[in-house]
Amino acid sequence: MKKNLITSVLMTIATTILLGIIYPLVVTGLAQLFFKDKANGQLIVQDGKVIGSRIIGQAFVGSGYFHSRPSAAGNGYDAANSNGSQLGPTNQHLIDRVKTDVAANQADNPGQPVPVDLVTTSASGLDPDISPAAAAFQVPRVAKERGIDRGELQQLIAMHTQARQLGFLGEPRVNVLQLNLELDQRYPLRRQAKAR
Amino acid sequence: MDLYSALQYALFLVIVTALVQPLGEYLERVFSRKSTALDRLCLPLERLIYRVTKVDPDAEMTSSEYAICFVFFGLAGTLLLYFILRLQRFLPWYFPQYQSTPMSPDLAMNTAISFSTTTTWQAYAGENTMSYFSQMVGLCAQNFLAGAAGLAIGIAFIRGLARQLSETLGNFWVDLTRALLWVLLPGALIGALFLVWQGVPMNFHEYAVATSVEHDKQVIAQGPVAALEIIKNLGTNGGGFFNANGAHPYENPTPLTNLVEMLAIVLLPAALTHTFGRMVSRPQQGWLLYWVMIFLFTFGLLFVHYSEQRGNPLLGGVDSQRSGEQSGGNMEGKEVRFGVGGSALTAVVTSNAATGSYNAMHDSFTSLGGLVLLANLLLGEVVFGGLGTGLVSMVMAAAIAVFLAGLMVGRTPEYLGKKIGPCENKMVMLYALAAPMLVLPLTAVAVSSRAGLSGLQTNTGPHGFTEILFGYASCFANNGQSFAGLSANTTFYNLTTAMAIMVGRFGLAIPALAFAGLFARQRITPSSSGTLPTDSLSFGVVLTAFVLVVTALSYLPALALGPVLERLLFGA
Repeated sequence: MKKNLITSVLMTIATTILLGIIYPLVVTGLAQLFFKDKANGQLIVQDGKVIGSRIIGQAFVGSGYFHSRPSAAGNGYDAANSNGSQLGPTNQHLIDRVKTDVAANQADNPGQPVPVDLVTTSASGLDPDISPAAAAFQVPRVAKERGIDRGELQQLIAMHTQARQLGFLGEPRVNVLQLNLELDQRYPLRRQAKAR
Repeated sequence: MDLYSALQYALFLVIVTALVQPLGEYLERVFSRKSTALDRLCLPLERLIYRVTKVDPDAEMTSSEYAICFVFFGLAGTLLLYFILRLQRFLPWYFPQYQSTPMSPDLAMNTAISFSTTTTWQAYAGENTMSYFSQMVGLCAQNFLAGAAGLAIGIAFIRGLARQLSETLGNFWVDLTRALLWVLLPGALIGALFLVWQGVPMNFHEYAVATSVEHDKQVIAQGPVAALEIIKNLGTNGGGFFNANGAHPYENPTPLTNLVEMLAIVLLPAALTHTFGRMVSRPQQGWLLYWVMIFLFTFGLLFVHYSEQRGNPLLGGVDSQRSGEQSGGNMEGKEVRFGVGGSALTAVVTSNAATGSYNAMHDSFTSLGGLVLLANLLLGEVVFGGLGTGLVSMVMAAAIAVFLAGLMVGRTPEYLGKKIGPCENKMVMLYALAAPMLVLPLTAVAVSSRAGLSGLQTNTGPHGFTEILFGYASCFANNGQSFAGLSANTTFYNLTTAMAIMVGRFGLAIPALAFAGLFARQRITPSSSGTLPTDSLSFGVVLTAFVLVVTALSYLPALALGPVLERLLFGA
């Protein structure tokens, strides 16, 4: 009895050193050696400033940008407070919120049903992607705002559409931040103030 | 069902099935101390650990000694973790500006119990509560230790069924050490690097502060994620590094990581069916249990997929039809990269396999989708289940099925050539009745007390009831996932869920080991014409039906008050 009590303490300490200290340090070392960018969160640096991460979503409100999905992380896309809305399927708050968002989205596409991911919150609140359908839905607004041809925008979306991984895993998707960065590069907003 | 989801499900099942035999054999070799390919690396480490901890690897333990070691080891881990959590403010890598949730005594106690039992129920949000030190030395280590301890229980249990005229079940410390060195550590090392390659961070940097394209400040939590991410799945623990768990792009960046993380959860528990079959020298018995698991698993998966793809009819003006351009379906609380297919697969895997991770918010699933997940918890982790413990649950269910079927056709209840006598049966009953006798009263107390109802801040009505029932069912099953709308970081919930966790872990392991000890003492009698064959298709059907019927008998009234009522009232 007493012997097993002592063994359990010794065993806990020994294995904690191995698995709680040595193991994470070895993984960190190898990860930093072989996959430096990925291990450090794929941050995007422009002009010496971090502007985000390639795989973490950002909020976009300017009408010249493609918008991300609604977010329940903190006050929206708070990457230090990931969360979903946790609203049940029959919760009136959910039904009302979607109704409001649908109305806002339909302003530029009167009467068209809105792709569902564009008016629902993601599980993480940090979803970097929207569906190709949700991107296509926003083309008229962005084209008008930037004064460019819809066809060009559709091409840009096609370029930024990530296919299913290995040809069949997951869903096709468009990374909103990377799409918008390219948009800014190719077709700068005429009135930067409008971006806010 | 769409082609791509079907392909993904099929590939998943094919990989799992193909690896049952090789992995099952490997596990059998590891725990029988036969030679394996990893011996040259692991043997020196193993000897070192025995020397440091003064373990005699050749000493055998009775079932009660084995159980005592298991309990002591769990308590030692709990205490260590409790102190790490309470003291994290004084330990390295603590950022007071970000780790803003206070680590109260009841939260630390709940978390410590939860992580030292593979439950990993989380009443906190990782990125604003835990320092990197707590995440690694505390939680990551416990993910390994608790997972390995569960595996040891499973192995000792199998030995009890396999041995005859024996008083002992093996040595807990040896099983634990070998589970760590030969199984979990190599898997975790390879898996962690794979995850980093796909985009899971592994660093000790402070949170990155970004200025977004539209000039907003965005603080991006960082950390040693990959090391924890892989073992949380391999050990069937499931507690996420971040609050959003496997939905967070840093925990689960691509559809491929999602598939690999799901395989990491299921492979070992599935392979244990074959380890079991080999060790009792009746491989057919193992395969029978495996196919019963696969049947129940697939049934639930198809049901969840159907319900989630149908979408939420209460949302007006949205297009939720699947097309080449979008996944469609019920996308509230789901990530675009996984869509309905990847989310349904993960939800069904984790709810079955006692793993608290998720990549979609189960609280926002449709009523029927959520019902399946809840039912999976209530089945009593027989489908894959926790590492080691899941197999125990399935065999215990088979023991009851043998008993009932024996009563019906008038044959002696025998399993694997041993009699299920009065003593054995008492242990089986304790095992089977603990869940309804604890989960239902706790739910009743919570829904009829102000302390319990105050947790319903997001959803109310039947859905709120489901949140509470789901929480206790999850804790008892040592699963740890939640309908996370429940505000669970209160003294009431921290205490009551911790109680459900403790009973679900130790209150089940002890009767299971006692059962194994009783079985080990018996002689194996050759089967006669009076023996009910337990490796036939008809027994498989009886076992499946039995698992479903007993769960339904225990919980139908409660389910009727939750998801069923919600579906009837609102149609979603």
